[in-house]
Amino acid sequence: MAQGSVAEVKEALAGVGYLADEPAALVSFLAQKLGKPVLVEGPAGVGKTELAKALSRATGRELVRLQCYEGLDEAKAMYEWNYRKQLLRIQAGGEAGWGDVQDDIFSSEFLLTRPLMQAIASPEPVVLLIDEIDKTDQEFEAMLLELLSDFQITIPELGRIEATTMPIVVLTSNDSRELTEALKRRCLYLWLDYPELEREMEIVRLHAPDLPETLARRLVEVIRMVRDLDLKKPPSIAESIDWARTLLLMGAEDIDRETFTQSMSIIVKHRTDIDLVAERVGVKLADPLRAEG
Amino acid sequence: MPTPFGPKADAGPPGLAAKLLGFCEELRSEGVAVGTSEMLDAFAALGEVDWTRREDFREALAATIAKSQDDRRVFELLFERYFFRTAEAEAVQRGITEHEEGAPPAGDGERFDMSELSEAIREAMEAGDEDRMRDLARLAIAAFGRAEGSGVVGVDVQRIRRTLGLTAGQQPPAQDGSERPPIDREQLTGFERHLRRELERDLIERTETLPPSRPLAELDRALPTSPTQDLAAVHRAVSQMKRRLATLGHEQRGRKKGQFVDVRRTMRASLETGGVPLRLKYRPKRPRRPEIYVLCDVSTSVTSASVFFLSVLHALHDSFRKLRSFVFIERISEVTDVFEHERDFAAVAQKISSEGGVADVSGYTDYGRVWLEFLEEISEDLDPRSTVIVLGDARTNGREPHAEVFARIAEKAGRLFWLNPEPKLYWNYGDSVMSAYERHCDGAFECWTTKHLENFVNVVAGAKPAAE
Repeated sequence: MAQGSVAEVKEALAGVGYLADEPAALVSFLAQKLGKPVLVEGPAGVGKTELAKALSRATGRELVRLQCYEGLDEAKAMYEWNYRKQLLRIQAGGEAGWGDVQDDIFSSEFLLTRPLMQAIASPEPVVLLIDEIDKTDQEFEAMLLELLSDFQITIPELGRIEATTMPIVVLTSNDSRELTEALKRRCLYLWLDYPELEREMEIVRLHAPDLPETLARRLVEVIRMVRDLDLKKPPSIAESIDWARTLLLMGAEDIDRETFTQSMSIIVKHRTDIDLVAERVGVKLADPLRAEG
Repeated sequence: MPTPFGPKADAGPPGLAAKLLGFCEELRSEGVAVGTSEMLDAFAALGEVDWTRREDFREALAATIAKSQDDRRVFELLFERYFFRTAEAEAVQRGITEHEEGAPPAGDGERFDMSELSEAIREAMEAGDEDRMRDLARLAIAAFGRAEGSGVVGVDVQRIRRTLGLTAGQQPPAQDGSERPPIDREQLTGFERHLRRELERDLIERTETLPPSRPLAELDRALPTSPTQDLAAVHRAVSQMKRRLATLGHEQRGRKKGQFVDVRRTMRASLETGGVPLRLKYRPKRPRRPEIYVLCDVSTSVTSASVFFLSVLHALHDSFRKLRSFVFIERISEVTDVFEHERDFAAVAQKISSEGGVADVSGYTDYGRVWLEFLEEISEDLDPRSTVIVLGDARTNGREPHAEVFARIAEKAGRLFWLNPEPKLYWNYGDSVMSAYERHCDGAFECWTTKHLENFVNVVAGAKPAAE
């Protein structure tokens, strides 16, 4: 189901709980219309994977996910022959001629389909998420090229498998290494960064609706202060949401120094970072109000 | 209806195609790799997008043409200049000014209500409505700008802003006593940008000339004072180097025996022999052997150059996976991990200077000792396919150069190159012992700008490949 305009895409995404900014909505729209894959880069935790999930919910397509890691190869990503079954078949073949057996063991019954193959061969349209592609190596990227440009996979024994429905392909990268030119050329590029204050507030309020507005604003301001520091791992949007929920549970009404130090470990996850944040941001917050009388 | 090119410029397909091609040409001249396929994608994307919205137009172009953050930066600068200037250039060519359309000229009996204008601008800033802000900027200039303009754009921008009473932060209550929301600094900067742009347009109209456009490349060709600017140029030079050095071979499959049997492949091979595993297949050996070793001098005698060298190292790490890098002053210290875990250049530079652990008491380079340490600790890993690159000025402060140790390193490595941040004239002057080392190198080059780096790449690419 193709949406008619960028605004509609934005609304559809918002409808399933993902607040996209203009570039994200535009690129998602173009991806559907042009049938090109999308390469999403950005710091960790800004919603790259979420975008793919939201797209799948918004368009009603199933999500096929390939999580990449170092050492991922074709057998785990594309397809693999079920060797054991094939061996058994040969053993059980007995007197049958080799010709028959050969046709049999290289049929689709003996083929184990992995995520990429599933996405291509699926009769229903899907969203294919290739997560953290920067963890793989260049050989893997080279292998993806045929898939990304023509949406087909070549299996030597079976021939070419072409996609009957056009999948929406989203590749995410944490920007830990530079991807090959050939890969980038085939994709539309989107850089997702930490959101602006207003939008982050909206996101926080969407996921923690009971949080009062002033508190939400204060929360986002403090988080932005924390992000400006030179941390090992700056807090991501997911952590903002977690913190919002924590504050709700704590019943806090404002973020004073005490609340902050108590709940700091929700947003800051390294020992050295905690010290730094306590020192720089903690002092800027107000002292807790002393109980009167 | 205004288009992104301004009210008068021709926005139809024939004109647009030519303009876009021109834009891509300019991008290429600034070093952004824009191929034909990207341009075709750009046209296809524009076909789906509403051009009247500047944001959508720009984002659609960016998504298909600028495929990294560095490229995006160049894209932004050029986009502003190209599409902005093109409209203006057309206007100047045709001798059109806005007044000819019958728009009311400024200060002509119409008195603008300042507080109304101020309110409208506040609303537009809150809403983030770029188009509205642009129109309001024009109005503001028409009201206040022309009469007492100082001619200097920056000054005028600030003056207009102050006259309108727009400051960031908390706001005094409105005339009717209601509270006004505070103005975000970023929003205000955005509005100032619009003011600036419109003032420049005005200036162009009045003077009927375009301000000269300075090629961006000039900005970062000189000795880098700000590493981040030059970083992009260095990255580009290094990715060229990567393509041409051709040491980026992955291990040939099944080349050497690993230690572990790969069951899956063995079983697959056994199908050919009726299920009997006659041939064992092995897992390829890991970890991979690095093919490039870089040694970088980070002492004070090469400070400005060492920033450049560090950016070269940074770029190398990005392009080559099999790379080990070391910094040295009096001792050697391996910094491969620092580069692996950190991609931001500023962070890397800071980490190296603080945790480098290479300086000793005096802080002056001791090349002889460095070679001894290198030979002892690291040179067993060298093989005929390795390339060693030394970045330094060979000023060994009167210490023993140990050229023979260097010679042994040169023998072990397949190729050895030296990049010197000083001009050739200075080599061997004072305490520089360049000649002692030069004779053992496969090539010694002067290198302190990206031009030299490209030169190095060319020479190296023309050289015969490493001994197999």
